[in-house]
Amino acid sequence: MAKRIDVSGLTAYYGKTKAIEDISMTVEPRSVTAFIGPSGCGKSTFLRTLNRMHEVIPHATVSGTVLLDDENLYGPDVDPVAVRRTIGMVFQRPNPFPTMSIYDNVAAGLKLNGIRRRGELDALVEKSLRSANLWNEVKDRLNKPGAGLSGGQQQRLCIARAIAVEPEVLLMDEPCSALDPISTLAIEDLISELKERFTIVIVTHNMQQAARVSDRTAFFNLAAVGQPGRLIEIDATERIFSNPTVQATEDYISGRFG
Amino acid sequence: MSTTTKPTVTPPASVLTQRRLPRWAPAATALGAVVAGIGIGAGAGLTSEIQWGLIAALLFVGALHVLSTRVEGSRKAKDRLATSLVWVCFILAVIPLVSLLEYTIRKGAKVLDGYFLTHSMNGVATIEPGGGVYHSLLGTLEQVALATLISAPIGLLTAIYLVEYGRGPLAKAVTFFVDVMTGIPSIVAGLFVLSFWIIWLDFSFSGFAGSMALSILMMPVVVRSTEEMLKLVPNELREASLALGVPKWRTILKVVLPTAVGGIVTGLMLAVARITGETAPVLLLVYGAATINTNPFDGAQDSLPLYIFQQWKNGNEPSYDRAWAAALVLIALVMALNLLARGVARWKAPKPGH
Repeated sequence: MAKRIDVSGLTAYYGKTKAIEDISMTVEPRSVTAFIGPSGCGKSTFLRTLNRMHEVIPHATVSGTVLLDDENLYGPDVDPVAVRRTIGMVFQRPNPFPTMSIYDNVAAGLKLNGIRRRGELDALVEKSLRSANLWNEVKDRLNKPGAGLSGGQQQRLCIARAIAVEPEVLLMDEPCSALDPISTLAIEDLISELKERFTIVIVTHNMQQAARVSDRTAFFNLAAVGQPGRLIEIDATERIFSNPTVQATEDYISGRFG
Repeated sequence: MSTTTKPTVTPPASVLTQRRLPRWAPAATALGAVVAGIGIGAGAGLTSEIQWGLIAALLFVGALHVLSTRVEGSRKAKDRLATSLVWVCFILAVIPLVSLLEYTIRKGAKVLDGYFLTHSMNGVATIEPGGGVYHSLLGTLEQVALATLISAPIGLLTAIYLVEYGRGPLAKAVTFFVDVMTGIPSIVAGLFVLSFWIIWLDFSFSGFAGSMALSILMMPVVVRSTEEMLKLVPNELREASLALGVPKWRTILKVVLPTAVGGIVTGLMLAVARITGETAPVLLLVYGAATINTNPFDGAQDSLPLYIFQQWKNGNEPSYDRAWAAALVLIALVMALNLLARGVARWKAPKPGH
């Protein structure tokens, strides 16, 4: 588990509109890579191309290659469903399945992978909830609906759901933007623990968060509104925040624009 | 001195407070308007109670508006005007409904009993009392059940196609034809099945022929309501499921449909309720019978709307009584279906949980 991602020459479209252009980067295994940049620069779009969720949107297309340990995700015989089992995703707004209990939410992905024996499921659900630091809060109400939890708990439930299937990579699209500072702290602590086991990519608008949790940071920007977003630079987080190579990165981080 | 002259005048009101009518003012105005309406109506020699009521309604709206303008100012008065108009319209809409129900119950209760529900019209002459509605009730239930069995799966799958898969010209065409089907008059659906099934293919009149016409009427309603319910399911849930590596068909089955099931069942039940009272296609295709025919696939059956129509046509007192009682049975059946739908919707709705 925990694999490396190599992206080269990736361009993504919505219909005829080019959203991101010619992005190449490497995401290291067992580390946290943060994407920062102004709104509309294509961070989320790029993230979604990494597990083929981009093409779920009608008329959205991708060109270029994404290698997961030398295997091209956009190869001719690749099944997007298998890709998404390998590369999990956590969304901006917590989205537990409203018809399912807390237990069933976590077990949703497991049942699909053919794990149906109650004992095995119980163990994996508990393990995932413990990994998401949620077990102690919900262990007495596993059969209650997931929608009854607080926003922060719901988001950790979604993380538990995503890691229950033991993906190689975990993509997080602004996972804390709908949460209060205490829940945010809980999630950030969780990210630091999870990076021991998973490769993590996180999109964030919060620069302090990127500085706190990530090992490497990528800065995205767009030349002008209506232009496609581009990767400006990617480097070790300390370097991006202290001594970036590109002036635009420094301007963005110091708050001079964007 | 100025201090002794002032007390009678209220101190200059704060910007945030203003004079208001007391809470009981609308109710009192309504009561006054009703009394005045009756007075004017009776005084002017108007015989219709509807005229009295309309006078009272107009008086109520006008009086409350004037009163409010005087006391509260024009903005509040406009609010009162709109509120009172809504109330009057609501009451105007409810009166026919309640009076229809009350009239049917009063007329229908006369012969409605256990005997009426469990016996057919077999061997009962049209001019004598007695007989019952069993054969019609059975026919209606069978025909509606068959129509639901035909149109529910087709309608459901069509809606799933339109919302989850449909892109491009095919989806547009399907949507267009569903819209066209919504507008088909029931008699046309009946004539279509009559010419196709009975005249051309030479089958006999049967409950099933009626079910086919009813399913033509039911299908677009099911498609439309299911489509709306599926569209209400947030896209985030679909994405959450897809991102877990769940295939699309399983996402629809395990996430989308369970989330929408309450609304889908409600829509289905409303469609059932709508076709239960349909008369024209049944008249053409089921033909009507006085005896019990439990087999909907062979021979003429009866149904409740048809029974009401036939009894009314007989034109004598015992038949009128039977028609009213059957109407009451029909209303009760439809109402029971609606209540069932609400119950299912509440039971199946996603719970907030605490």
